[in-house]
Amino acid sequence: MAFKKSAVPFSGTPEQEEKLRKIIAEHKDDPGALMPILQQAQEIYGYLPIEVQTIIAEEMDISLEKVYGVVTFYAQFSINPKGKYKISVCLGTACYVKGSGDIYNKLQEKLGIAGGEITPDGKFSLDACRCIGACGLAPVLTVNEDVYGRLTVDDVDKILEKYN
Amino acid sequence: MNVIKTIDELNAVKAAAAEVVATRVEGKDNGVKDVLVCGGTGCTSSGSMKIIEKLQEELKKNGLEGKVNIIKTGCFGLCALGPIMIVYPEGTFYSKMEPDHIPEIVEQHLKNGQPVKKYLYAETVDGDVIKSLNDTAFYAKQHRVALRNCGLISPEHIEEYIARDGYQALYKVLTSMSQDDVINTVLASGLRGRGGAGFPTGKKWQLAKDLVKDADQKYVCCNADEGDPGAFMDRSVLEGDPHAVIEAMAIAGYAIGANQGYIYVRAEYPIAVERLKIAIAQAEEAGLLGDNIFGTNFSFRLGLRLGAGAFVCGEETALMTSIEGNRGEPRPRPPFPAVKGLFGKPTVLNNVETYANICQIILNGAEWFASMGTEKSKGTKVFALGGKIHNTGLVEVPMGTTLRTVIEEIGGGIPNGKKFKAAQTGGPSGGCIPPEHLDIPIDYDNLIAIGSMMGSGGLIVMDEDNCMVDIAKFFLEFTVDESCGKCTPCRIGTKRMYEMLDKITKGKATMEDLDKLEKLCYYIKDNALCGLGQTAPNPVLSTMRYFRDEYIAHVKDKKCPAGVCKDLLQIQIVPEKCKGCSLCSKKCPVGAISGEIKSPFVIDQSKCIKCGVCMSNCKFGAIVKA
Repeated sequence: MAFKKSAVPFSGTPEQEEKLRKIIAEHKDDPGALMPILQQAQEIYGYLPIEVQTIIAEEMDISLEKVYGVVTFYAQFSINPKGKYKISVCLGTACYVKGSGDIYNKLQEKLGIAGGEITPDGKFSLDACRCIGACGLAPVLTVNEDVYGRLTVDDVDKILEKYN
Repeated sequence: MNVIKTIDELNAVKAAAAEVVATRVEGKDNGVKDVLVCGGTGCTSSGSMKIIEKLQEELKKNGLEGKVNIIKTGCFGLCALGPIMIVYPEGTFYSKMEPDHIPEIVEQHLKNGQPVKKYLYAETVDGDVIKSLNDTAFYAKQHRVALRNCGLISPEHIEEYIARDGYQALYKVLTSMSQDDVINTVLASGLRGRGGAGFPTGKKWQLAKDLVKDADQKYVCCNADEGDPGAFMDRSVLEGDPHAVIEAMAIAGYAIGANQGYIYVRAEYPIAVERLKIAIAQAEEAGLLGDNIFGTNFSFRLGLRLGAGAFVCGEETALMTSIEGNRGEPRPRPPFPAVKGLFGKPTVLNNVETYANICQIILNGAEWFASMGTEKSKGTKVFALGGKIHNTGLVEVPMGTTLRTVIEEIGGGIPNGKKFKAAQTGGPSGGCIPPEHLDIPIDYDNLIAIGSMMGSGGLIVMDEDNCMVDIAKFFLEFTVDESCGKCTPCRIGTKRMYEMLDKITKGKATMEDLDKLEKLCYYIKDNALCGLGQTAPNPVLSTMRYFRDEYIAHVKDKKCPAGVCKDLLQIQIVPEKCKGCSLCSKKCPVGAISGEIKSPFVIDQSKCIKCGVCMSNCKFGAIVKA
């Protein structure tokens, strides 16, 4: 998991904050509420910067350390913003034995970023993911909701072009 | 839907819905065709939703609305051929569908009754005879219990589940069986946990019922955090037949005395999550979840909790810690969850596929279930076939079926004429099975005996192009990444193992390192806190056991026999084949190739970066990896 802090400044809106506070108020007394609240907070903001974690800690009356501990434990939570186009390359076993590692490397090279990072223009972010379950199409990558399967390294350029 | 309180009301819904599904289930020709389109993750990824849209459009154009039903089902299993579409009552099997195929199929087949052969799955076309999918090699050898409704019913309609005996088992349990009757039936069936470890399910329930007598609250949990990369059977059950799991959890709740359940499902499975939400809402509306189910004093509610991408949360104590809203770290056992589980209360946790068997056991009896399988492993097992195999997808076979049958007959063998090298079961906790063990009947105990394990059912096939050291390294990289860091043997030990494997793949290791690696494996196995760490060395140990010569080749000869490990590769020009055209030397980005026109060129190994550009440009196949 990447812990490198992003250089992109936080730009939450009052509407987002209001929405977040409402969700916390509704759920904070549910048993085990922190995870579902974090998941919804990430849906609102796209990621979980320290500013958002602070609001959650204060409203739930728990320590920021506890919130941060949970956020950094799970791969799904991100403390860095994601690109306009989120690229995930499946590095699950079925995809790996069919060469998804090479595709991942090619993307890092092409985008000039490492896994877990975002391009300076905020357009692409790249992550490795573990099995999206489309093993019949291996090797697979996703760009936001679009799934690309049965790939070879040569397909990478064509896919990136689509989003330029 | 009205609230169902009595068996008559349940049977009335069943009778009405049975008519609806008769075309598919019994092949009954009532003048209406059912077109089933797979809406599982695999086919959705290859575009099955576009197929449905196009179908709707074309049916309208041809005035076939009302004469053809479109049903979005769960996974059919043959994901390699997706998107899949099946037309009933005849059961014709269209594969690799594209929206462009639809107009022809609607016009010729759905309107005029003539299947469009060129779009059918090739194996089902034999001259003029068109076979149904049940007669193909892929399906003929399967036996579907957990997957019985997947790809047959619409998972978003509770009526269709009820048509297939849905909620009859829950009724039977609540009205005619005691808690012990239920537990004894599950015990007698011999059902063992399908999540990997194979603990007897009935025993688990018995402990949760009996160990703590005066508990004010108990819980039933379902482990749907299918983290083994390459395994997707649980997802397919949830996508294709979610009510089977919900009903079974209610039965478990009755058996142990719990009125609350939680399903912990991977957030990476959006379709499964959506279908579960729909199914739970429908069951609540029908009164099959909630207070006083079937008018008895048994009440049961279900909550959904989403995981957030942590493999360790498949471990039972970690999963419960995560539902509680914490870092999903495991804790030492005892106390076992049957005594102190979720929120400190007695808890039963079973895996999705385990639950998917329960209702069938209750309805058909323990003897029926125990008649399938081997002496110590009863019933069937679902495997997710993946990797270097023709028919990637989902198969369910009786326990005791040989790997050879699964790979060669059902799976259709290895593509491109390559040679089988190993089958990997059990994911990051399992091991690689070499060709000499292909004829071993698959069950829990046999797999352990040959150094692998059942795991959740991922079965990845590898061919001669896969390097076994690289595969071991791949799994270790996974474990290092997923180790929660709580205990030292796992946190530091797996990292050291990874470093040693990395050294081997780079040709920098000595034979002494191999011994050290093996010792470290056993140390971690004995000392790690939870199942993740204890099983993490398995991929290394099993590949060292069966493919030791490959390790030695890396260490002693500094060669990777499969040609995978880049640092050990040399790209060479075969002088006899080289025509001396100089194309390779022009293409080489580092100027490592030299020679004279019309005589063989040579690669300067000290400059070569092994990028392979020369190989892909050589028109004579004269450049090879060695």
